Amino acid sequence: MPIQYYIALSATLFCIGVVGVLTRRNAIIIFMCIELMLNAVNLMLVAFSKMQPLVASASGNAAANNALQTGIDGQIFVFFIMVVAAAEVSVGLAIIVMMYRNTHSVDVNFLNRLKN
Amino acid sequence: MIFDIKRTTEMSITEILFWFLSALALVSAIMVLISKNPVHSVLWLIATFFAISGHYILLNAQFIAIVNLIVYAGAIMVLFLFVIMLMNLDAAIEPKRSMWMKFAGVISGGLLLAVLLSVVRTSVDLTNKTAQLNTGEIGLIKNLGNVLFTQYAVPFEISSVLFLSAMVGAVVIGKRN
Repeated sequence: MPIQYYIALSATLFCIGVVGVLTRRNAIIIFMCIELMLNAVNLMLVAFSKMQPLVASASGNAAANNALQTGIDGQIFVFFIMVVAAAEVSVGLAIIVMMYRNTHSVDVNFLNRLKN
Repeated sequence: MIFDIKRTTEMSITEILFWFLSALALVSAIMVLISKNPVHSVLWLIATFFAISGHYILLNAQFIAIVNLIVYAGAIMVLFLFVIMLMNLDAAIEPKRSMWMKFAGVISGGLLLAVLLSVVRTSVDLTNKTAQLNTGEIGLIKNLGNVLFTQYAVPFEISSVLFLSAMVGAVVIGKRN
C-alpha cells in the first residue's frame, strides 16, 4: 500500500485521540485517549520501518531487505514506546485512584478546583 | 451472482484486509469517544487494539503484533477495567460539557488532521514509496532480538530501571497513611 494511506490512517487515529482528550471530562477516558494516540504513533513507526521505494521486481526487494536491516530501528522504538506506556499507565492509574480516594470524583473540572 | 460481475480494478486480498482493518480501527476509536459507559469505552479500545495488531501482522511485524496484544489489550486494559470497577463508575455520573465545547473540540481535532494530511499530500520524499506488505525479514523475532541485545542493550537495561522506578512510584502513591 502507498505509504500515504498509512500516514492518513495514523493521523486520523491520532486526531480522534486529541478530540477525546479535549472533549471528555472523565479522567479515565482521557487517559485511554492518550493510549490511543500512542498506538497511532506506533502504527506509523512500524509502517515507516517497512517503507521501500516502489520497484518492479519483488525479488530485488527481498534481497535488499535480507541484506540490510535498515528499517528495524522503527520496530525497536515501538518496543520501547510500549515499555514507557506500560510504566506510565501504572503510575497514572495510581494517581487517579488516589485523587478519587480524596475527592470521590474523577471529573477533571472538579479536580481543577484543587488549585484554590 | 455478484462475483461474476467483472470489476475494473482488482483488489487483492491484502488490500481488502487493509481497508477492512482500517475501517474497524476508525469505527472502534470513534465509539471509544461516543460511549457513555466507561466499560464500553474500554471494550471498544480493545477492539481498536485488535485492528491495529491486524495491521502489524499485515506488515509482517509479528513480534510487535503479539506484544501489542499481550501488553496493551492484555495488561493495560485489564488495569483500566480494575480501576473502573474499583470506582464503581456509572454512566450517569459523568457530567456533560456544553454543546459548544464539544463542537469546538471536534473542530480543533479536525483542523489538526487537515494540517497533518496536507503536509503529507504534497511531500516530494513520499511519492512512490510503499509500505511492504506480507514479506520482509525485519519483523521476525530473531532479527529483532539480534538488534535489541547488541545495539540497543543499554536502553534495554535502562528500561528495567524505569520499570523498577514506576513500580516503586505506584506503590508509594497508593499507600494509605
